[in-house]
Amino acid sequence: MIKILKYSFFDLIRSRWSLIYFLFYLLLAFVLLFLNNDISKAIITMMNVIIILGPLIGIIFGIMYYYNSLEFTELLLAQPIKRSSIFLGQFFGLALSLSLSLVLGLGIPFVVYGLFQSGEIWNFISILWIGFILTFIFTGIAFYIALANQNRIKGFGMAILFWLFMAVIYDGIFLLLLVWFKEYPLDTFALLSSVLNPIDLSRVMILLKLDISALMGYTGAVFKNFFGSGVGMSASISILFLWAVVPILAIVRKAKRKDF
Amino acid sequence: MKKIAILFTLYLFFSLQLDAAQFTVCGTCEIASIKEAISISEAHDTIYVKGGIYAEYDILIDKPLTLIGHDFPEIDGELKSTVLTIASDSVWFEGFIIKNVATSYVEDYAGIRVTKSRDFTLINNKLLNTFFAIMLEASNHGLVENNEVIGAAVDQINSGNGIHLWHCNNIKIINNHVTKHRDGIYFEFVDDSEIIGNYSHGNLRYGLHFMFSNRDTYKGNTFEKNGAGVAVMFSKFIYMYDNVFKDNWGRSSYGLLLKEIYDGELIGNTFERNTIAINAEGSNRIEIKGNNFIGNGWGIRVLGACFNNNINGNNFMYNSFDVAYSGHMNDNSFDGNYWSDYTGYDLDRDGIGDVPFRPVKLFTYVVNQVPESIIMIRSLFVYLIDFSEKVSPVFTPDKLVDAQPYMTPFE
Amino acid sequence: MIKYSKLNKKFGKLEVLKNLNLEIRKGSINAILGPNGSGKTTLIKCLLGMVIPDSGTIEINGKEVKGQWMYREEIDYMPQIANFPPNLKVKEIISMIKDIRNREARDLELIEYFGLQPFLNKQLSNLSGGTKQKVNIVLAFMFDNPLLILDEPTNGLDPVALLKLKELIAKEIKRGKTILFTTHIIRLVEELAEDIVFLLEGKTYYQGPVAGLLEKHEAKDLEHAIADIFSTHVKETAE
Repeated sequence: MIKILKYSFFDLIRSRWSLIYFLFYLLLAFVLLFLNNDISKAIITMMNVIIILGPLIGIIFGIMYYYNSLEFTELLLAQPIKRSSIFLGQFFGLALSLSLSLVLGLGIPFVVYGLFQSGEIWNFISILWIGFILTFIFTGIAFYIALANQNRIKGFGMAILFWLFMAVIYDGIFLLLLVWFKEYPLDTFALLSSVLNPIDLSRVMILLKLDISALMGYTGAVFKNFFGSGVGMSASISILFLWAVVPILAIVRKAKRKDF
Repeated sequence: MKKIAILFTLYLFFSLQLDAAQFTVCGTCEIASIKEAISISEAHDTIYVKGGIYAEYDILIDKPLTLIGHDFPEIDGELKSTVLTIASDSVWFEGFIIKNVATSYVEDYAGIRVTKSRDFTLINNKLLNTFFAIMLEASNHGLVENNEVIGAAVDQINSGNGIHLWHCNNIKIINNHVTKHRDGIYFEFVDDSEIIGNYSHGNLRYGLHFMFSNRDTYKGNTFEKNGAGVAVMFSKFIYMYDNVFKDNWGRSSYGLLLKEIYDGELIGNTFERNTIAINAEGSNRIEIKGNNFIGNGWGIRVLGACFNNNINGNNFMYNSFDVAYSGHMNDNSFDGNYWSDYTGYDLDRDGIGDVPFRPVKLFTYVVNQVPESIIMIRSLFVYLIDFSEKVSPVFTPDKLVDAQPYMTPFE
Repeated sequence: MIKYSKLNKKFGKLEVLKNLNLEIRKGSINAILGPNGSGKTTLIKCLLGMVIPDSGTIEINGKEVKGQWMYREEIDYMPQIANFPPNLKVKEIISMIKDIRNREARDLELIEYFGLQPFLNKQLSNLSGGTKQKVNIVLAFMFDNPLLILDEPTNGLDPVALLKLKELIAKEIKRGKTILFTTHIIRLVEELAEDIVFLLEGKTYYQGPVAGLLEKHEAKDLEHAIADIFSTHVKETAE
């Protein structure tokens, strides 16, 4: 697996798209810092970009990479190597190269603008961490969708739809239900709904680290108690990890049975 | 006849001055207690108290006296009762430490109680661990200046206020530092008074609390990290200038609560990082001008029955919600402010944006309806619905717009 | 050496292999022929473990391959379409495969044979189809394994390279390797193959020497024999 990972990674970091992705983040971070010159404001905007764009890029690159390297994958399948190693190697190679673009693209401008002197370093690190795990989650899901769909158009469509659901539609339904059932106590429902979607969970976890956290306290102690407590925080982190691990297990399972 | 009257007055004045005696109190002096000094003194005498600890309580000043502490003599009430009661006009009390006042659920024990008196001066004192620190009842024309009031309040039920005024008028509260009480400064039925340059922070309920008080001014004060900054309720003609309200964070916490307020002015204040900068309910004819709203959860939250308020020339920067509004009717003016969320353009370069700004977003409306939905803040879906509402308003008051949004912040 | 027994494979409703039995002798040179969709590629992919049969077994040297992967150590495979990670260099892809096999290889010899030295430091996305196919050949031949599987090996090769490939295969034949290959080029079959495996509708229609097939169909050459099979087959389906 490590060998496949290594070569996939080398292949990908040299690709034009990785460079574009990296430059995009680099430019974005510089522009934000230049316009705001206030690291904490820049971090909030950065968060919005990461929790929406990170998953989208993960989904698109995951799908494209799988389909584009399918013929080479067939060559690899004929080599004396386990199937799961091939797909996991490719998956980790892709997820790591995307994460590298993210970390460097955002990291360099923040370091240049004096991140280490500001108190925002932990907020920044938590943003990077979230970006990292979201990339893994959505790249994994894209890989799974690609594995499950021979038809490329269908696979691509499903992956984009999945992203759209998680990033927008889910929240729409969630908000609708909240308004619909506003007569009832909704704290637990709201908490549960936001914890189950990795994009929402990431957003809430970052917001709670920033000043805005007190707003959460506004509606009731439930959010703050949950996310403020060690148990709640570790539960949230576990859920994110679960979201990352389940697609990987699904990839392994699917890869075992698939015909190429 | 008039001349004679003046001469007589002058004579009286000088004779009093000349007749005034002076006493010195210290641990090793002939007079070792303050109570004793008061009892032997006569009106308009001066009592000097030297440094040291005086374990006394229920001290009563019932004649016009001047008491001056040197090296901060400590009057330790030993948690028994009220320490000092002033029940005479023209008392001057300066330079003492008063500490350890009894806590009670029945009696309002205080460090210094001024009752039915006028022309008093309380200056440069320190009040430590007092239940109520300075309590003024039915008194007027007094000055409370430069006192340091540090309580030990833990919860609201068994704590008292820092500077507490009831049925007073023409009082000046200047440059005091109040912390760790229930309310930092409390006004009930207090008219024509001024609160200037005080620093009220870390109090459990409000930094400053007005009830049924009219024609008062507070200016240049800082209210920081209180349960809530300032509550102004059921009052008229309150003038609020150049104050700072900051870091009043917490569940239903706010920088300034306006409730049933008429004809006030709120000018040149700064609201920074409060959950709600201004929470207004039943407030009418208030001029809100030249204030800074920076980084608050809500800038102005209007809860209904607010009419004829003018909100002009303010800066609204980086608030999660600039304005929240209940109801469909708007009778308040929001014109001519600077909004950091404004994305319009200024083609004629007159400094005023060419398209109006709508400070109430759809999501603000939703959060008003369903508070739990706050957890959706800053999600993509919320941006989308806010955008669509901006394009064609359905839920938010149609007329609540800033028709002249400024392109750059006010200085 | 290789034994397929009662192999079945369906892709959805399409039955590709129907109860297929086949035995390949050690050291034999086999051309796998058949119309499109007769299961040639599936047959090979089953052997390599890329397609998992619904039922039946495949044994190599008496060992069942199902669920295994180590047996591929002994197999060299050249896929039909050569498509490589675009941003790797030629020498990197070679060392990657060597890395995976973790074995010595005769890559230098083959690189020289096909004149690939000038391309070693080029990225694979910059290569022409023919050059990629040469790289594909190097990757397939460099481990010198006893079993060699070639899927349409002549695809996209220029005449010179084609000649060289044929020479190379001929050399391998002399060294006693077992070879399986698919092709549409009849001449290649005639030149190289000892045996023919003719698949029809997912079954082995004929296995044996070229001469045997000619005899069976009373044809003067292989092309006619195949044409005959096709016409009979078409008749059968028409009935």
